[in-house]
Amino acid sequence: MVEVNKENYETEVLQCEGVVFVDFWSPKCEPCMALMPDVEAFAARNEGRAKFCSLDTTNNRRLAIAQKVMGQPTFVFYKDGEKAFVFDKDTIDMDKVQAKLDELAG
Amino acid sequence: MIYDVLIAGGGPAGLAAGIYASRAKLKTIILDKGRPGGQAATTMEMENYPGSFQEVTGPGLMKQFAEHAAHFGTDVQRGLVEKVDLDGPVKRLTTKDGRVFEARSVILAPGAEPRTLNIKGEGRLRGKGVSYCATCDADFFEDLDVVVVGNGDAAVEEAMYLTRFANEVTLIVIHDEGVLDCNKTSAERAMANPKIKWEWQSMLEEIIGDELVEKVILKDVKTGALREKETNGVFFFIGTVPKTEFLRDVLTLDEQGYILTNEMMETNIPGVYAAGDARAKYLRQVITAASDGAVAAVAAEKYLDETESFRHQVLEASERVLLTFWAPQSQESIEALAMLDRALYGEGGVSLAKLDSYRNKKTAALYLVKRIPTVLLFEDGRVLGRLEGGFTEADIKILLQQ
Ligand SMILES: Cc1cc2nc3c(=O)[nH]c(=O)nc-3n(C[C@H](O)[C@H](O)[C@H](O)COP(=O)(O)OP(=O)(O)OC[C@H]3O[C@@H](n4cnc5c(N)ncnc54)[C@H](O)[C@@H]3O)c2cc1C
Repeated sequence: MVEVNKENYETEVLQCEGVVFVDFWSPKCEPCMALMPDVEAFAARNEGRAKFCSLDTTNNRRLAIAQKVMGQPTFVFYKDGEKAFVFDKDTIDMDKVQAKLDELAG
Repeated sequence: MIYDVLIAGGGPAGLAAGIYASRAKLKTIILDKGRPGGQAATTMEMENYPGSFQEVTGPGLMKQFAEHAAHFGTDVQRGLVEKVDLDGPVKRLTTKDGRVFEARSVILAPGAEPRTLNIKGEGRLRGKGVSYCATCDADFFEDLDVVVVGNGDAAVEEAMYLTRFANEVTLIVIHDEGVLDCNKTSAERAMANPKIKWEWQSMLEEIIGDELVEKVILKDVKTGALREKETNGVFFFIGTVPKTEFLRDVLTLDEQGYILTNEMMETNIPGVYAAGDARAKYLRQVITAASDGAVAAVAAEKYLDETESFRHQVLEASERVLLTFWAPQSQESIEALAMLDRALYGEGGVSLAKLDSYRNKKTAALYLVKRIPTVLLFEDGRVLGRLEGGFTEADIKILLQQ
């Protein structure tokens, strides 16, 4: 997965064509850490279909807030730089996340 | 492989059960949907678990629980238990990804999750300022204002934690001024904290915001009057609900979904136990979760002993077995044992097994033993015939003719 932060978010995510997936997490967030292996498996399984990014919000708080993310874990799908879908802690279900990727990536 | 003990849920209850079961040399596995630790791993403020009051955090304590269980040989695996088949001597649990686990006994410790208030705006603004986990999301609110809904231990303690980040933390309290449901120590500390503000006699009515939380509407519980308050975040700590949906049609639950057990943590199904926050009980804390886990593991161990020797001596015996349910308190049953010994003298191909029916209540119940003594004739694990109460040596001879 591509590590993104306030320096490279613009180029890696917002100016990227195609589908980009971003996992918003931080080491203090227990549910995020619990979910991490699933996220990594999801990214590996779908390699080449989209760009998979990981954002540790610890030092990127303002960036997260600018993306309207104020809770973790959150997954955001972008398509051609536009926000396409958001999963929050309560709606995250890896089967549904996969279905959303299939829908967006075609 | 068939495990001796399968524990569903790796919070403090499941981990304590794992420590006791694996230390008793039982083949033990814990399945947890995420990382072990449960709710306790989501709070930094943990100062009432005996022996840990300085520099102890929830995640830190839970890491020690998990290491302790692994040390004695508990196998901890990821897996969300979705389907359970608990009847019969071997229980089968299926995870969401389709794996099947078998075990002779099961301890259910799925814990609980935050209760939602389901007010307007709450669902829509989740992850956008609405939160149920301070350690997960506190960082976002640095120098911002938040409100906390609730006034029990968790609400007040998490509000204190939030003051390390937020500019101002306002507790929305349904009670009259000065009345809190939390412990006195936390209440005094919160009252003395300059960053904590209070909205007494108030309920949260609605959360407003376009893409992020912008303000809330509060309702005065006495007058019904509504007022607005600007804020950036809303944290809910208004209790929890048990994660027992997957057990609904299988076990006896109470109206709120809590699993009913007796003092030995036994559920209504033999060999199946429940521990921790998912159980109907008085106090839901780490110490009582751990206590439940210990009791459940020891009860499971006793159950396994009982069923194991029964299987060995009776169900899988190479010859026919006359199983006698007796009790030391019943003179009649003691005499019956002597009579059985005489009747079997010189008989080949049949042995005598005795079961104290007070110590083996479950087996007695399983075979519908209502009267002491009762004699069952087993062959290849099946019951061929039975005698109850005042039988004679001749009756025994006739039974053996079967
Ligand atoms: C904010 C907050 C602060 C708290 N502060 C304190 C405190 O200071 N002191 C204290 O003593 N207590 C505190 N508590 C309470 C304490 O955390 C709980 O009482 C305790 O964690 C209950 O333990 P448990 O093992 O029963 O359940 P949980 O801790 O809820 O753990 C259950 C585990 O089971 C897993 N699980 C659930 N369903 C399944 C399934 N179907 N398959 C597989 N795995 C599953 C979950 O993922 C979870 O890991 C606090 C709770 C909260 C929410």
